[in-house]
Amino acid sequence: MERRALFGGKVLPYSLLLPQFAIVVVFFYVPAVQAVWQSMLMQDAFGISTEFVWFENYTILAANPEYYRTMGTTAVFSVLVAFLSLSSGLLLAVMADKQIKGATIYKTMLIWPYAVAPAVAGVLWLFMFQPSLGMLAKALRSWGIDWNPLLNGNHAMILVVLAATWKQISYNFLFFLAGLAAIPKSVIEAAAIDGARPMRRFWTIVFPLLSPTAFFLLTVNIVYVFFDTFGIIDSVTSGGPAGNTTTMVYKVYADGKLGSDLGGSAAQSVVLMAIVIALTAVQFKFVERRVQY
Amino acid sequence: MVERETLLGRVVPHVVLLVGVCIVAFPVYLALLASTYDAATVQNGQMSLLPGSQMLENYERIIFSGARATTREPVGTMLLNSFLMALIIALGKIAISLISAYAIVFFRFPFRMAAFWLIFVTLMLPVEVRIYPTYKIVADLGLLDTYTGLTLPLIASATATLLFRQFFMTVPEELVEASKIDGAGPVRFFKDTLLPLSITTMAALFVIQFIYGWNQYLWPLLITTRDNMQTIVIGIKKMIVTQDALTEWQLAMATAVLALLPPVLVVVLMQKLFVKGLVETEK
Repeated sequence: MERRALFGGKVLPYSLLLPQFAIVVVFFYVPAVQAVWQSMLMQDAFGISTEFVWFENYTILAANPEYYRTMGTTAVFSVLVAFLSLSSGLLLAVMADKQIKGATIYKTMLIWPYAVAPAVAGVLWLFMFQPSLGMLAKALRSWGIDWNPLLNGNHAMILVVLAATWKQISYNFLFFLAGLAAIPKSVIEAAAIDGARPMRRFWTIVFPLLSPTAFFLLTVNIVYVFFDTFGIIDSVTSGGPAGNTTTMVYKVYADGKLGSDLGGSAAQSVVLMAIVIALTAVQFKFVERRVQY
Repeated sequence: MVERETLLGRVVPHVVLLVGVCIVAFPVYLALLASTYDAATVQNGQMSLLPGSQMLENYERIIFSGARATTREPVGTMLLNSFLMALIIALGKIAISLISAYAIVFFRFPFRMAAFWLIFVTLMLPVEVRIYPTYKIVADLGLLDTYTGLTLPLIASATATLLFRQFFMTVPEELVEASKIDGAGPVRFFKDTLLPLSITTMAALFVIQFIYGWNQYLWPLLITTRDNMQTIVIGIKKMIVTQDALTEWQLAMATAVLALLPPVLVVVLMQKLFVKGLVETEK
């Protein structure tokens, strides 16, 4: 990067940076600082006076069982979606990577759900599993399952997991496919000559060589589940029933929306900020390592 | 491979991929079906797996007059809003990221690395962690229910800036030297040399950012209060009411189809650019 600076100039570079900076400062840094500041304030019950309370909002949060429940929900949701979408993305990519007829058509037919908005994906899945009229809900009922995601928390969780997985498979599929294409065929052929069967070749050669891709995808998927699935949850369950599908991001939104607890909502935002920073750091540590390979 | 291909070995990939394609396509197929039936058939769950006869009526009604019980805004307006929002966000991101990456890569000036980091760190501040303060700033600026409020806060882009920076680093220095010898200053070099070289990168980025803009949910949900500023992704959620009797599912599904069609078409028709953009923005 150092040797590339080729033009001088006092005003031009700064004016080129100005538009981006203006937006970044006004809409990113100021609100982020305000969120931290707000998280240390507390309003009285009538919203008349505001008091600086240091970390009281955080200690209240840390003592709130409901918040731990939200964390648990987020963890379950993340693990399920990441596992399901990574494993099915990998399976489809391994199949599409074989020299078969129509591989490009399969690829096109598998990548488009990436473009569907999370909220729209949620609505599509809600329609299939809507207890009174959904086609698949009726099938479940005819098998004797009392399916009702509007009342049963586990059913609601299954529904948002399915919708979120459905949307994420295409992304994982694409990146696994790129990862598979980068594995030299000669390595796999050598193992085949040594008598390793396809399954053994996959687990001892292909899978370890794919592990950087898999790890990268894991962090991306967790970020996706934490933040981008907001639209799915809002359109399918609105966090319910009885808070069973309320993730951490959804709770920030819901608590602040009611307007009753801005300080608590801000404290939750700051916790989330810390999580994003940690995830991004992990991701970049890994990217650095991949560059060395 | 070394072994002889068995019949099973040749059939299995097709079976797995076909099952995958069907699972992926089924929810959208069902939405498409529902949008061709009348309200009663859908409401009673009596749809078959073949299309009904109400397709034109449903789409005409939804585009020009909107759903009755829930939101009265015609979906045509929402489509226009979504399109404008996606377009402004995509073009805006490309424009401001292009020039800031240009400044960072090709100029020598104090605080160059600080500038880079200032943009880079925004990656760690997604809108979800600063919802209400950002909302308040936009409200204080009087930008609620405007296209500016809808798009401007989303236009800053660390990923786009990083992508352009990465691409600019691969541009040979000799090109700069050559245009300097020709007497070109930084502005002419940018316009005549760098911009033409960046076309593919810009196009790939446009595909990704258009989809990003079109699919925005939380931000428009907060910023738009007037019905005629709604985007289609927000509109569809408002058509679904918990009390089932009020939800006109055949119209909601027609809206879902209209909401997903433009970004999906972009991916399918510009697949090469899409894959390039996706893989490169994540590097």
